[in-house]
Amino acid sequence: MAGSSERTTSIKLPGATVDVVRKGTGPQLFMLHGGGGPVAAMPFADKLAESFEIIAPVHPGFAGSAIPDHFDDLTDLIYLYLDLMDALELDDAVMMGFSMGGWTAAELAVISTARLSKLILVDPVGVKVGGREDRDIADVFATPPDDLARLMWHDPAKAPDPTAMTDAQRQVMQSNRVALGLYTWQPYMHNPKLPGRLHRIDVPTLLIWGESDGLVTPDYGRAFCDMIKGAEMVVIPEAGHAPQAEQPAAFVQAVASFTK
Amino acid sequence: MKAWFFTEDAYPQLPDQDTYRSIRVSLPNKHYDPEIGADNYHQFLDMWLMAEDLGLEIMLNEHHQTATCVVPSVPIIAGILARETKTARILVLGNPLSNLPRPTRTAEEMAMIDVISRGRLECGFVRGVPYETAPANVSPYRGTERMWEAHDLIIKAWTTHDGPFNFEGRWFHARQVNVWPRPYQQPHPPIWVTIGSAGTAVPVAEHEYTGAVFLAGYPGVRSIFDGYRNGYMARHGHEAPLDRLAYCALIYVADDEAEAKAGGELLLWYMTSNKVPVEYSNPPGYHPPAVAAQIASGSRGGAGIPLQATLDDQMARGNMFCGTPDQVYEQIKAFYDYSGGFGNLLIMGQAGHLTFEQTRRSMTLFSQEVYPRLKELTASYDGDAMKETRAALPDKELADLGTFGVEFVR
Repeated sequence: MAGSSERTTSIKLPGATVDVVRKGTGPQLFMLHGGGGPVAAMPFADKLAESFEIIAPVHPGFAGSAIPDHFDDLTDLIYLYLDLMDALELDDAVMMGFSMGGWTAAELAVISTARLSKLILVDPVGVKVGGREDRDIADVFATPPDDLARLMWHDPAKAPDPTAMTDAQRQVMQSNRVALGLYTWQPYMHNPKLPGRLHRIDVPTLLIWGESDGLVTPDYGRAFCDMIKGAEMVVIPEAGHAPQAEQPAAFVQAVASFTK
Repeated sequence: MKAWFFTEDAYPQLPDQDTYRSIRVSLPNKHYDPEIGADNYHQFLDMWLMAEDLGLEIMLNEHHQTATCVVPSVPIIAGILARETKTARILVLGNPLSNLPRPTRTAEEMAMIDVISRGRLECGFVRGVPYETAPANVSPYRGTERMWEAHDLIIKAWTTHDGPFNFEGRWFHARQVNVWPRPYQQPHPPIWVTIGSAGTAVPVAEHEYTGAVFLAGYPGVRSIFDGYRNGYMARHGHEAPLDRLAYCALIYVADDEAEAKAGGELLLWYMTSNKVPVEYSNPPGYHPPAVAAQIASGSRGGAGIPLQATLDDQMARGNMFCGTPDQVYEQIKAFYDYSGGFGNLLIMGQAGHLTFEQTRRSMTLFSQEVYPRLKELTASYDGDAMKETRAALPDKELADLGTFGVEFVR
């Protein structure tokens, strides 16, 4: 198992200490997880670790880690990760972000692509594409759990089931939700200034989208894609907001084609 | 003892509970008939005036996007009553500071009510219940810290009389603060804060504010009040005065027991109507993760289940005092002794479909036959005797209801 070669280090930065999971060998793949928490232990990552060195930080507040006292919103995470990218000495890295991590990746790329070779955004949030009364991004904090599962999964049976978890797992899930709330509360899951800055992204960019994603739909993805010069988009059938989880083979194939 | 008459000003004329998912946040306001609503408002104002006539003080609050309390702006009701009443103290409990964008506006509103009432305002500050998160669109994370920062700004606004000052805090910014009017009471109206745990009671005790506990019952009241008393003693070096603690319960008094129970059953609407699903009762950052995990796992409310309250159970828990005047006095005295004593009784005296006449009868009996005895009880308070009384009452064993009522005690 690729999982056996996984190693975690704590990197102390001026703003916070960040746990970084690494696995595999090859070109650097800087992986930013979404609101559901770390993804580097999932089968798709095992597969990617055969071709890349995955470098996956755990956003403060996720997986049981503490939210630093001074953290207020995503800006704090973005500046923490600018420091982290320097500390890691990323060089020609592929940056991949999922959902909220995709938003974070886009914000980082807007500031600088100096350490990057390519950018991959997976069902990202981060921009508003509709009018002020359009709900571009489902309100995950006000949606009934069953409805949320239907929005996020092609097969809702694959959604995490809190009733089947241990108390400790449920608490981590709730802590993740608190952290997601901190990073994305208002403006909800987006930065109104981001569309006007996306022109600064000057590395090849791929958007990967689950065809059944109801949290942020493929139409939202196409609008997002149009905002980034030269960006391409791949839509994966029979997958929702987490195509890497629901269709790992198609997902890995899309990444491989883009990075070869 | 001071007794405060309170009703949430609900709109109970609702369709069957099974036809909607939540009574809060999302219940469409097509179910609100403004003509009925107008009658309701006038009836509630009449109730508060009746309470004053009966010698009771007045308590008011606000909630948002809910049929359980159709007062989305407590300063409006308080402003009307500041003019319409003459003697009653007017307790606003409270202003949900964590969710309000501009504390200086609250400072202005409360000062105005204090002046109109010629110094009869008691001003409460609260964090707000979890279901206020969505209507306010304010993250509940660090809500308590936000509340205290807003409080600091309001107190400074009330007590600064030499022109503008500057306040640039973590959450609230105001660069030219100079409120008109300033409060009638000097240096400012008495402050109240709701407390739901020993920990949250400590800063309230340190400020010497009145700490108010809602429906914590026998299972919770000792630890919360003790948190207050210990915090008070540690900071001030002497025991907390009795009037710095308040307890809120449902109360119904009647001439005979059967009538009392019928009234009590109607009051229970306050609990049984509170059908709120998990997406509104568990916003991210309101509850500690352990409590949030309990809610998410469906131990209460997770599927939109209302509180399953029964009269006997709520009476046993000390959340409901109900019976003849003698019985109600004995129930309150037993709770008072168990809790170690408190100087303010907040009476949820009307809820749901309890009529004006039923409420008047109950509050009349309370004020004539129960209240005088409660006043004697607190007048004869002796700290040492209370310690002995309390020590003789072991902790009650009551069934664990998980996170039951966790929203009510905030």
